[in-house]
Amino acid sequence: MSEGTDRAPATAGEQAEIIKVRRGMFGVSDGGDTSGYGGLVASVAVAVPAERPYGGWFDAAVDRLAEVLTGVTDGGFDAAVEKVVVDRGELTLFVRRAALVVVCQALRDDPDLRFELFSGVSGVHYPEETGRELHAVYHLTSVTHNRRVRLEVTCPDADAHLPSVVPVYPSANWHERETWDFFGIVFDGHPSLTRIAMPDDWPGHPQRKDYPLGGIPVEYKGAAVPPPDTRRAYS
Amino acid sequence: MTEQTSETRAAGGDATGAAAAQARVLNATGGDWAELSEEAISLGEERIVVNMGPQHPSTHGVLRLILEIDGETVTEARCAVGYLHTGIEKNMEYRNWTQGVTFCTRMDYLSPLFQETAYCLGVERLLGIADDVPERASVLRVMMMELTRVSSHLVALATAGMELGALTVMTIGFRERERILKILELITGLRMNHAYVRPGGVIQDVPPGAVDAIRDTLPGLRRGISDIEKLSNENPLLVRRLKGIAHLDLTGCMALGVTGPVLRATGLPHDLRASQPYCGYETYDFEVQTWDTCDAYGRMRIRINEMRESLRIVEQCLQRLERRPGPVMVADRKIAWPAQLAIGTDGMGNSLDHIREIMGTSMEALIHHFKLVTEGFRVPAGQVYVPVEAPRGELAVHLVSDGGTRPYRAHFRDPSFHNLQAVAAMAEGGQLADVVVALASIDPVLGGVDR
Repeated sequence: MSEGTDRAPATAGEQAEIIKVRRGMFGVSDGGDTSGYGGLVASVAVAVPAERPYGGWFDAAVDRLAEVLTGVTDGGFDAAVEKVVVDRGELTLFVRRAALVVVCQALRDDPDLRFELFSGVSGVHYPEETGRELHAVYHLTSVTHNRRVRLEVTCPDADAHLPSVVPVYPSANWHERETWDFFGIVFDGHPSLTRIAMPDDWPGHPQRKDYPLGGIPVEYKGAAVPPPDTRRAYS
Repeated sequence: MTEQTSETRAAGGDATGAAAAQARVLNATGGDWAELSEEAISLGEERIVVNMGPQHPSTHGVLRLILEIDGETVTEARCAVGYLHTGIEKNMEYRNWTQGVTFCTRMDYLSPLFQETAYCLGVERLLGIADDVPERASVLRVMMMELTRVSSHLVALATAGMELGALTVMTIGFRERERILKILELITGLRMNHAYVRPGGVIQDVPPGAVDAIRDTLPGLRRGISDIEKLSNENPLLVRRLKGIAHLDLTGCMALGVTGPVLRATGLPHDLRASQPYCGYETYDFEVQTWDTCDAYGRMRIRINEMRESLRIVEQCLQRLERRPGPVMVADRKIAWPAQLAIGTDGMGNSLDHIREIMGTSMEALIHHFKLVTEGFRVPAGQVYVPVEAPRGELAVHLVSDGGTRPYRAHFRDPSFHNLQAVAAMAEGGQLADVVVALASIDPVLGGVDR
């Protein structure tokens, strides 16, 4: 089985996301190196840019988006879209945050793209990706063409701001509130960006990796079971 | 949230007496209520802001509706959710991929098998073993999902009926649901929170006699559905409470991203089972149910008709189960759950044969079992988004792996969460009593909304 921890290919290394550097082979770091594999270092690279042809309808859709964007934004497609990733049969467009709303508008309104149904946005926190710690992942659905596309937008932890897509997709409202609540990404232009799951006065953003899970040891038949985040982990 | 009723001077109160001049204004402190009440005082109108919920029999769980009403008319409706947030997604990041099933099954507690299946389809796509899942496992998944859909729709109709005073619909709904829960218990050992679907297949095959038991249940179930139909479809009281109420047309549904029966009630046959089939749905014979009234009545009829279609699919599953025995878990021993379970006198547990083998005969089998159960399998890095058609609409899972033994991020796009946003559009401008109808027609489950 593939480990998914191969070194990033030299050609695509520039643009792939190095989300983690794995040390050792078994993921355990709380003991001595009894295996002799402790010196292994492997970086986990994801989102390697795809090469043409992307396959299926992906090429035509990306071309069409490039056409539509040409007149709308400065620099057109290349300025708006960082890279195109095709993985496991799913198309991901890494969009620069300044162009997010324009790209969404184009994807929604153009008859050949017509991603009219907003399926949600959520965050992913990659603390080891300096300058791109926070990712917002949007999923759009085209009922007309029966297609799906994923938009991924990054922002640094120090400047956790993204434009809100509520003007384009009203149903992004609660999803953006949830993403703010859990990750601390501020969606500029959102009509009322308040917490949705946590209490209003809650400190911190629970889904971030630096936020502890919490928990207390549970005693069972004389032994104490530690809380899940302090148990031995293998990854 | 504490509320205090205080005597506050209100401008524009009529002067029929000292008490009336001192109009009672609901004053609340904390959260967003201070602003709301201040605004109400400054406007000086006879507006009442009512907190419906979080504990209210017709909010389907702990949903808080903030309604601004003018007489009996709702002028503004807002939902407050989060009262049932339990951090399931965060918890899943601290458990291995297989354990994730036992967490996500608890989200939407009326349709546990949909979360399980969506999650497992996601893990399988990440692993690249989507095509290796045995056919029998897919058939079992489909059958369990369709049975769950029927039970979920039964609860939807039952609770909706109860809220409108049609108590017989409620008793029939829960009576029929009981038949399905018995089947689910027979197969998985549990009435809910099954953890039955696992990455790579399902945890175990149906026990002997289960196919016949299900087949014997179906006629009674059909009769129950007919009973609900007879009580509801042409019932003048119910029809007048539902027809034209909670109107949301196709444009509104698209703008608000609403899916499921609400969307299909606008006439658009959008059903992922048909348009983006998974688990082999393309090989089953069923009709996507639509209605064209865009209202609560149409949604009720769709749910009733969908139950019939689901039973059709269950029958086809039963035929396939009888015809084709086979494995229910992928052949790859590095992924397949090593323990064989068996149903004993005290419920489902480890099969004694398996324990005997690993403890008594094979050291390697014991190591294998131990490694796979405690450590789990590694999943190649990447991300997937897998949607399935749940009873309430598009349920999707967004899984991110960093190549480890645990999900790096697991996010569930729950249909109830998304569809609840439509409450304002459905309820505003209508009667207060129709808020209940609007909500029931969305059929939200707060366990899924808050996760």
